[in-house]
Amino acid sequence: MTVTTKIENLKPTDFASDQEVRWCPGCGDYAILKAVQRTLSEEGAQRENTVFVSGIGCSSRLPYYMSTYGFHTIHGRAPAFATGIKLTNPSLDVWVITGDGDGLSIGGNHLMHALRRNVNFQILLFNNETYGLTKGQYSPTSRPGTRSPSSPSGSIDFPFMPCVLALGAGANFVARGVDTAVKDLTETFKRARAFPGTAFVEIFQNCIVYNDKVFANFTDRDVSLDLQVVATHGMPLMFGAEKNRGLRFDPTRVQIEVVVIGENGVTKDDILVHDETNRTLAALLAAMEPPNHPMAIGVLYSNQVDTYESQVYGQIAAARNGGADLNDVIRRGHTWRVEG
Amino acid sequence: MEGSLRSSDTPPKGGRESRDSVVIRFAGDSGDGMQLTGSQFALSSAIVGNDLSTFPDFPAEIRAPAGSTFGVSAFQVHFSAQNILTPGDEPEVLVAMNPAALKTNLADLDPGGMIVIDRDSFSDKNLRKARYEENPLEDQSLEGYRVLALDMSRLTQAAVKPFGLSQKESLRCKNMWALGLMMWMYDRDRKPTIDWLREKFANRSEIAEANVAALNAGHAFGETAELPNLGYGYSVPRAEIAPGEYRAVTGSETLAWGLAVGAQLADLKLVFASYPITPASNILHILAGLKAQGVVTFQAEDEIAAVCAAIGASYAGSIGVTSSAGPGVALKTEAIGLAVVAELPLVVVNSQRSGPSTGMPTKAEQSDLFQAVHGRNADTPLVVLAAHSPANCFETAIESIRLATKYMTPVMLLTDGYLANASEPWLIPNIEKLNTFPVEFHTNPDGFHPFMRDNETLARAWAIPGTPGLEHRIGGLEKDYATSNISYDPANHQRMTEVRAEKISGIANEIPLQEVAYGPKQGPLAVVGWGSTFGAIEEAVHAAAEEGLEVAHIHINYLNPMPKNMGGLLAGYKDILVPEMNSGQLVKLLRSAYLLPAEGLNKVTGQPFKVKEILIAIRTKLGNCK
Repeated sequence: MTVTTKIENLKPTDFASDQEVRWCPGCGDYAILKAVQRTLSEEGAQRENTVFVSGIGCSSRLPYYMSTYGFHTIHGRAPAFATGIKLTNPSLDVWVITGDGDGLSIGGNHLMHALRRNVNFQILLFNNETYGLTKGQYSPTSRPGTRSPSSPSGSIDFPFMPCVLALGAGANFVARGVDTAVKDLTETFKRARAFPGTAFVEIFQNCIVYNDKVFANFTDRDVSLDLQVVATHGMPLMFGAEKNRGLRFDPTRVQIEVVVIGENGVTKDDILVHDETNRTLAALLAAMEPPNHPMAIGVLYSNQVDTYESQVYGQIAAARNGGADLNDVIRRGHTWRVEG
Repeated sequence: MEGSLRSSDTPPKGGRESRDSVVIRFAGDSGDGMQLTGSQFALSSAIVGNDLSTFPDFPAEIRAPAGSTFGVSAFQVHFSAQNILTPGDEPEVLVAMNPAALKTNLADLDPGGMIVIDRDSFSDKNLRKARYEENPLEDQSLEGYRVLALDMSRLTQAAVKPFGLSQKESLRCKNMWALGLMMWMYDRDRKPTIDWLREKFANRSEIAEANVAALNAGHAFGETAELPNLGYGYSVPRAEIAPGEYRAVTGSETLAWGLAVGAQLADLKLVFASYPITPASNILHILAGLKAQGVVTFQAEDEIAAVCAAIGASYAGSIGVTSSAGPGVALKTEAIGLAVVAELPLVVVNSQRSGPSTGMPTKAEQSDLFQAVHGRNADTPLVVLAAHSPANCFETAIESIRLATKYMTPVMLLTDGYLANASEPWLIPNIEKLNTFPVEFHTNPDGFHPFMRDNETLARAWAIPGTPGLEHRIGGLEKDYATSNISYDPANHQRMTEVRAEKISGIANEIPLQEVAYGPKQGPLAVVGWGSTFGAIEEAVHAAAEEGLEVAHIHINYLNPMPKNMGGLLAGYKDILVPEMNSGQLVKLLRSAYLLPAEGLNKVTGQPFKVKEILIAIRTKLGNCK
């Protein structure tokens, strides 16, 4: 007979540090913090094995509010620090916390390379389409025409779509969530944490001070059902207040179109079924934007390949077979003896 | 050749003239294999028991246009029956494989020196490429030198004919012909080179055997040609060298091995994160080959990611090391500041090169000393060490890891392009006999906060993720001295700034006192140097002493903090002369720290100091203008 002792999971509040949270009241970051703490609690995480690594910006304060290990580093470089941490100790559960400025502007290079390497950590990118901590300048995800202290006549850059960028960089796990949907976000974070490799999650996060309601066009209660589609592996991509709208692939134009079941002879069989292992489908879903399409939420892409660190240690283990010690190494090649 | 390959068994030995010390320079096109030729000659000299020092000097271009002056690659070997520390000022033999090699190297040759030339390469086309208006073999420009113009290309082609190589491949063997001739001239053993060729070309035995044939043909030519300028060759007797097992090493090798050994002595994993840059890349290559020894290397996407990954590795309990040259270190600056304020161990190796900006990537300079000591925003003190020879790179790398882990601080380790590539014989140490300094991570939760300090060293506790009960947050924000929580308290920032500075300056209490490398412990003049100028200064001071001049050599390995006796020691000399391969950096540090009347001797040509240049400065300083 096997006796298993059930160890009680830590509660979400057990993952909160003793530090006062200093985000603006009403900031979307509170809800994300809550979802993170819930995820760790529900997944039975241990504080000592969990590390939060961040760069600079409002989002990057998150590690201070966690009772785990945390490293608040420099602007944009968190993925590089996290890579060093995983290279030392692959068994740690590492979370990179970044924002649209930190992750896509000053740290764009590190984000891209982390994604293609597939180091096993989670990257949570808080996208609020603004630089909050430096008081509201436009960011690399701001839509054209964004008026801000540094773009009084409206911004003229074209923005990144973070999930499209991530897929382009070779990410193997790409997901999206909305700050206020804590329950869905928690489920997405659980998937990200379980994924062996770099798991990229973009979170639409409302900045109540500098960019309030910037995502209201698809997150407000009265439009969210019609302008968000939750992607679930193996399920038809259906949405709408009436649950009668769906996504259909248009092969002649190689794009996704929104159809209504019952109209123009459309049936349920016409609707695309989400396959999260299909990179092409993920790219089409990630590129959709309201108002013509719904915003795709959930796990858009998930495809397991070897992690970077498992290959690093695989090569080391293979080389160690019969490997020499350092005393032998420094004696390799031509040596000679001078007699006394 | 039949029988033994050892040239010392061959008849003309009796006719050899004995020489104390010889400097040869091999020069040719970058594709001519001059680096290999020179290093093989150096190895054969080491095996004979000479002391030696080498200086490779090659262009940044991988394959510059054939025959051009900017594509000339050279390798200088100084071998001697005495102890030597430099590759020699002026070669007395120049092996020039083409007109461009002659043109760019002739000015350095000793007056009356020997020039060995491949006459076949002095075609109109090659003369034009080297911008010679007249063929120097036909005008009077080489008068005064002993010129040995040989049909090297043709003789090589004849020697390798049996192996059926293409003409291009045949001509590639001519460096081995030249090497064979030089090995005959100085009575060197060809066997190690033959073994090396057969190993290197194990998959193409015809190439290996053609090269061996060219080597033997060059050797046989020397033995039989009886050319008037050649004589019967020379011998250089073995030097008095401490007994033991030796190998030839470059600074890149000893530095890489020193890092691996240092990590082992600290009982830590080495995580080496780097981005390729000349002349530092070899350290990455060597460590990437030490997987069997558990070394983790990471080729990052850029210099910044490299240092950040190294810091992340240290945070998690490895010793993180990054390596670059000046421009790359500039990019790493902000992250190094984080390592200072987060008080994490880190080693940053800077293989200095000529600058500013891209400068001359393959040429050496010592112009990053200010960058190392001061080159960060804010009050950001760290440890700066400098290696002074290829062998010393090994010890200094170990010392870097010892200080970084003991004091929880970044250590900047300065070397340069000359140390990285120059080679010298190295008495191979027994690693098992080196002192260990195992790191003990903090594990006790009682009263723990991350910036609690050791009373003596002021080092903070190193508590790594994975340790139950010690979960904590650190970062670039100022933290409270007593609790480690974020703090904007004015008095606290003053205190934290001071404690970070005291931690570093306090290291002066444990590092070795500054010694005098050579000469009196006080007197009229001390020549004070750091880094790769060691050999040139030491030889110059020895030569000055032989002339009866009263002069000392002091060489500083610990640049920040400096040994605690430094001020007192230097105050014992009336004059201080500071030779540096920059426009005067150590000299300013010494003046500002000790209010000394130190004077600089500065050279920024991308070439190391010549012994003569320092000797002349010593004579001038002491008013003895011999």
